[in-house]
Amino acid sequence: MAKPANDLPVGLLTLQGDYAKHEAAFRALGCATAGVRRPADLDRVRCLVIPGGESTTLSRLIDSAGLREPLCAFALQRPVMGTCAGLIMLAGELAGEVPDAHGVRTLGLLDCTVRRNAYGRQVDSFTAPIRFDSFVTGDDPFPAVFIRAPRIERVGPDVEVVATHGGAPVAVRQGRLLGLSFHPELTDDLRLHQAFLDLV
Amino acid sequence: METFWTDPRIAEDFRHKVGLAEMLKGGVIMDVTNVEQAKIAQEAGAVAVMALERIPSDIRKAGGISRMSQPAMIRAIQDAVSIPVMAKVRIGHFAEAQILQALGVDFIDESEVLTPADNANHIYKHDFKVPFVCGCRNLGEALRRIGEGAAMIRTKGEAGSGDVVEAVTHMREVNDGIRRLQLMRTDELMAEAKRLGAPYHILVATKELGKLPVPNFAAGGIATPADAALMRQLGAETVFVGSGIFASDDPGPRARAIVQASTHFDDPQTLLQVSMELGEPMRGRAVNEMDESEKMAGRGW
Repeated sequence: MAKPANDLPVGLLTLQGDYAKHEAAFRALGCATAGVRRPADLDRVRCLVIPGGESTTLSRLIDSAGLREPLCAFALQRPVMGTCAGLIMLAGELAGEVPDAHGVRTLGLLDCTVRRNAYGRQVDSFTAPIRFDSFVTGDDPFPAVFIRAPRIERVGPDVEVVATHGGAPVAVRQGRLLGLSFHPELTDDLRLHQAFLDLV
Repeated sequence: METFWTDPRIAEDFRHKVGLAEMLKGGVIMDVTNVEQAKIAQEAGAVAVMALERIPSDIRKAGGISRMSQPAMIRAIQDAVSIPVMAKVRIGHFAEAQILQALGVDFIDESEVLTPADNANHIYKHDFKVPFVCGCRNLGEALRRIGEGAAMIRTKGEAGSGDVVEAVTHMREVNDGIRRLQLMRTDELMAEAKRLGAPYHILVATKELGKLPVPNFAAGGIATPADAALMRQLGAETVFVGSGIFASDDPGPRARAIVQASTHFDDPQTLLQVSMELGEPMRGRAVNEMDESEKMAGRGW
């Protein structure tokens, strides 16, 4: 890599989902972004966001684009944030599903177990104020938007629970990996995007 | 975006509704008529399925009154797949919508493909927790539907035709309307709202954003990977494929190819590769040879 990593743009996995919302958030923080749809695109970004979307679709598109192994290699070197479906893709395993029943193959990077759609159908979507101790700046709770969200049911010993809601972890961190059950990109609050940049 | 609703309950619900529409971007939403087709669609990488008893090309052939699908059939599809399940109601039929909301569908399409239930009024969609998508042919129609609470707009095209020409026309109409707004002075916007029959505050938001304030998808006549790529390049953020998949000779491969085409819409090498492996698309009917009375896009206003 010719350029020092921190001069590179923030990478967004642009296969499917609400990547444009993440792009807007990083732009608002003064950061350039670049889309990732091919393995070679990973050489040109300093970190990566796997956005919200449909996990079954993302799982297939990651495989058909030949991105599975390159994404795993990238995550050993650089920070990766997954929101909602992105968290599902980062997770170690899925609860309550026969492996491959719906054909979702996670990347197995973040040592946790998640249950897809565990917060209910679309009509059960909600916004809840979430407390983050020191991970984000300021004392105000974060307005977390949950849409057909995955629930984190188990975390491994190396995983730090950064925030909880209703007794379940909703934000977890393992080194450079950050997984969120909700969608910070659907609010105007940029503190989590800033916190992710601070990991970089 | 949700700031143009003054009622905080409506504003919060609208954020959740548009939020799901955001999650469906960059994908393909497929019409399915049974569990087996729903599984093929999910396996191919569809971001959602639209559950209905007959695909639009068969609705055309069958004639008669076309209504909301049987709830039991929709329930079976909800049980079979994990992706969002959408279903259609007749224009203005809010009782059908109440039933679908009670069933827990993820999105309701207030659709011109079904026989309209109200010649004057569309559903007041803010009364519902479940989000709605509505069709449009131009900017005024899109903004009226958003005013009623639609969280997603799709250009109507001509459903069940297999002919992409109307989808292209409607997408260009919407884009053209937005470009006109952006060239206008502030003191011209109220007159434009009057001309279009559009809610003023949503028209102003559209001018400021340079795009519709909710996701804008394309529907009606998309039958090939090239059609999907065409609509995506014209600005559609996702494509609906109705008859195009399950009225073709090769539904599974075609579904997978159209999913690839929606993601890699600006990459001709990938489009070539996925188009190579396909058989015959649906035969279809040219919209320009149809009687006005046969067209569905004129339903609603």
